[in-house]
Amino acid sequence: MKLFQRLVPWILLAVALFILPAALDDFRLNLFGRYFALAITALAIDLIWGYTGLLSLGQGIFFALGGYAVAMYLMLNTESLAGGNGIPKFFENYGVAELPFFWKPFWSPAFTLIALWVIPAVVAGLVGWLIFRNRIKGVYFSIITQAALMVFFHFFNGQQKLFDGTNGLKTSTSELFGQLVGSPDMQVVFYRLTVILLPLAFLVCRYFTSGRFGDALIAIRDDETRFRFAGFNSVPFKTIVFLVAGALCGISGALYTVQSGIVSPQYMSISFSIEMVIWVAVGGRGTLVGPIIGATLVNYLRSLVSEALPEAWLFVQGALFIFVVVLMPDGIYGWVTNGGLRSLLAAFGIAKKAKTYPQLDEEAVPVD
Amino acid sequence: MELFFSQILDGLSIGSVLLLAATGLAIVFGLMGVINLAHGEFMMLGAYVTYVVQSAFKPMGGVIFELYFPVSLVLAFIVTGLIGVLLERTLIRQLYGRPLETLLATWGVSLILIQLIRSVSTAMMLGIIVGVASGILISKLLRAKFSLKPFFTYLNGLGWAVSILIGLIAVNIFDKVRPLSKAWFGPRNIDVTAPKWLQGSWGMIGTIELPGLRIFIILLSALLLLATYWFLNKSVWGLRIRAVTQNRQMSNCLGIPTDRVDSITFGIGSGLAGVAGCAITLLGSVGPNLGAAYIVSCFMVIVLGGVGNLLGTVIASMLLGIIQSVIGSGTLLTVFPDMPEAARGVTEFFATTSMSLVLVFIFIIVFLQFRPNGMFPQKGRSIDA
Repeated sequence: MKLFQRLVPWILLAVALFILPAALDDFRLNLFGRYFALAITALAIDLIWGYTGLLSLGQGIFFALGGYAVAMYLMLNTESLAGGNGIPKFFENYGVAELPFFWKPFWSPAFTLIALWVIPAVVAGLVGWLIFRNRIKGVYFSIITQAALMVFFHFFNGQQKLFDGTNGLKTSTSELFGQLVGSPDMQVVFYRLTVILLPLAFLVCRYFTSGRFGDALIAIRDDETRFRFAGFNSVPFKTIVFLVAGALCGISGALYTVQSGIVSPQYMSISFSIEMVIWVAVGGRGTLVGPIIGATLVNYLRSLVSEALPEAWLFVQGALFIFVVVLMPDGIYGWVTNGGLRSLLAAFGIAKKAKTYPQLDEEAVPVD
Repeated sequence: MELFFSQILDGLSIGSVLLLAATGLAIVFGLMGVINLAHGEFMMLGAYVTYVVQSAFKPMGGVIFELYFPVSLVLAFIVTGLIGVLLERTLIRQLYGRPLETLLATWGVSLILIQLIRSVSTAMMLGIIVGVASGILISKLLRAKFSLKPFFTYLNGLGWAVSILIGLIAVNIFDKVRPLSKAWFGPRNIDVTAPKWLQGSWGMIGTIELPGLRIFIILLSALLLLATYWFLNKSVWGLRIRAVTQNRQMSNCLGIPTDRVDSITFGIGSGLAGVAGCAITLLGSVGPNLGAAYIVSCFMVIVLGGVGNLLGTVIASMLLGIIQSVIGSGTLLTVFPDMPEAARGVTEFFATTSMSLVLVFIFIIVFLQFRPNGMFPQKGRSIDA
């Protein structure tokens, strides 16, 4: 049994890497690639919300920044998309003759690979530090991150000359290594890349949540005042963890962009950023497996419902928010690991009952 | 200069709408610590109530039609207030002391309300009634038989799931009947025509025209603000509300019915949102997504003004409204044509509606660096004040 438990992650990884691409058609596989990309964002949110107690409603910023970075690199390096001056065609529509200065480094693939997680991390670190050093926390933190999200949304939306405004940047028609990014072969490559990066993100999160650093995070979540009075400064801890989460969101956004074929200011809409939180809540916050389950499950559900009854999705999503918050605060994974299933069975008289005092019996079933 | 003043007037009227909405939000947040993300949707409901009242008054025509607006103001307050009370009784009550989770739950409510307005039809309404009725019935029956059994909660949940299914089936059956399946509002925007006495100008001050609509909105919000102030400071329930805001446990000990105070506060907060929605219909067409446009600004007003302080709310909302309209319309450029090149560039950069929002939010984040608790922070010795 122990051996089996140790093997489960490897089996899942092998299934995702080799069996799913063979079993699913291109369209479905692409969808699963997107779910796994979103799962990285869910992990990042779990890091800051589940472990540190900071409910950020602005993770969409970092997600979109990563997406924009990779999309601009792809557009710049595709000859078929270039206009007169050798820069992407959309600039011509707005009468921009020269590439804006901040896009210039994105000709280089090495710079892009670094920028797509460093830029979100730096922005997150800056925003986080500005907020945390004033001891703004709780719902105020949520509201301010939401306002920051709106700043970025309106900025990207309003500046056609710099970011092509509402249209966003299309990557599906761009080329990488001489192949169309939107082609099925490339999509399988991106899928595999996502499947490999997801466990790596998991390991990063486990590194930050275990050990003394992780203990500090949990202490901040449970009682920040006491943590401060014990002689620690909570600002660097919170800033670092927010920065790491920003970087993870950037990577996730880049992976999502190449698989969905477009990045647009819609990635920074208020609703999308709150949706990210619900993935974590459904899966189980404060655990690292939960967010992956939650992101995959909720997005799969979304695809199913939207295909069958597009109008019903908002109802289902709203109900999901309410249901999880009121009845299942620990999420699916938390419910199972906290003995939810056993107490369910016990309530119906199926589970094994305690023989002695509950305190003495390891296998005791809490009946409440 | 005239243009400048008319823009200020515009800003004041935008600020007044914000004020109407933010007052409700501030009371609810200050008292209960509840972040109500569905507040914007309550505004939207208020706007739709106005639309319904207008459609009902239309056939009467003449003088009576002109009077529809005051009626709809009152009805909007009552309807959204009642829905607010219902929401508080059923959902918010479960989540006291968990502000972050109320935030998520009310977001869920807002999603449901948006989609409900988009697709509500007589068939759907009947289906919902059937579903809820059967749910209550099943739950009653189960309670009578199994209330002491350990599996009762699970069984009850199952009962509700079954009744949701019944409701869905009912919707599908009713949908087959043609006249019932027509959507009431549909996803499109609706238009409310302002009554004649609000259109046009209400006289001039010097050379500046006073547009009736804007002045009416400003007067309305001033009146409601005074009413709210009177209610909170002079009435019995206002006294209780303030007591609970200051110290919930102690008020409870002294015999103040805190749960009823909560319901009333939430009802009033939502009712104010409904009135704000009613006022918004005068400014242009409204749609199901109306709430999203206002909710973030409302929260900014609260953050900027400080919680539980009406004066802070007033100043903050007027400030936001004026900044938004004066800078967003680019009036500064026409008023001061000979400003230095750098300042001109900056002003031009922010001279669209969306970019002025960017400026406003940046301003708030910078402001909070110096006054982290807003303009008028609540004083107290609590560490988490």
